[in-house]
Amino acid sequence: MDAYRDGGLGLLGDPTRRAIFELLARRPCSVGELAQQLPISRPAVSQHLRVLKDGGLVVSRAEGTRRVYRLNPDGVGALRAWLDRVWDEALTAFHKAAEAAPGDPEQEH
Amino acid sequence: MSTTATIPPIGGTVIVGVPIDKAFRVFTASFNAWWPHQYHIGQAEVAEVILEPREGGRWYERGVDGSECDWGRVLAWQPPHRLVFTWQINGQWQFDPDPEHASEIEVRFTADGPGQTTVEVEHRHFERLVGGQAIHGAISGGGGWTLLLDGYAKAVASEG
Repeated sequence: MDAYRDGGLGLLGDPTRRAIFELLARRPCSVGELAQQLPISRPAVSQHLRVLKDGGLVVSRAEGTRRVYRLNPDGVGALRAWLDRVWDEALTAFHKAAEAAPGDPEQEH
Repeated sequence: MSTTATIPPIGGTVIVGVPIDKAFRVFTASFNAWWPHQYHIGQAEVAEVILEPREGGRWYERGVDGSECDWGRVLAWQPPHRLVFTWQINGQWQFDPDPEHASEIEVRFTADGPGQTTVEVEHRHFERLVGGQAIHGAISGGGGWTLLLDGYAKAVASEG
């Protein structure tokens, strides 16, 4: 349970941080670009970004004179890994259902 | 010139000992019979998961309280060979009607013989989901997904 919180995911309970996160889901942005799209100051954006970064949800990279933030590709990879498991289980269940279903195609089904 | 990184699709293949028509029928018309009910989105326990059998059809769950929660839409309906539908739950754990924010699931059915069918599933375009990771935070209050998401949370935590 602690790991759940400390994994950084509870951080998205804050609406502004979630808005920043969703903007970054669309495309990588600098602090200035984020501030333009949100009703908060650049320092406030920076502060939220620091929290998201510490939580492992976003990463940053210097591009020339500016710093560009993006979603942590490893984090999204983890989501994908989880969905992979969902499908694995769903297809196993489908396999069983297909082979257990009544034999002949029926008009009314 | 940065763009959102592409996330590799999920692929799954299953070979079933039934004719292609039946494989397609069970996958679609009997979706509710095989989809594990613990994987759901709505607040209420799942009564039924429905994939409407037509292009433009809805993919949704109906809760035991009668509430409905959309999951996606059918993009291609080509029985018994091919089916494409979307999964478009956004970061607020709600249906996002914007098709540009939809991840996509393609299912291909291939007859190996009169009584055997290969079913291939590809779930792709995860990068289109807005706030894909936010899903986890939004449902931390509980629900059927929490159990599975616990594994996801651990995976994320171990990244840190």
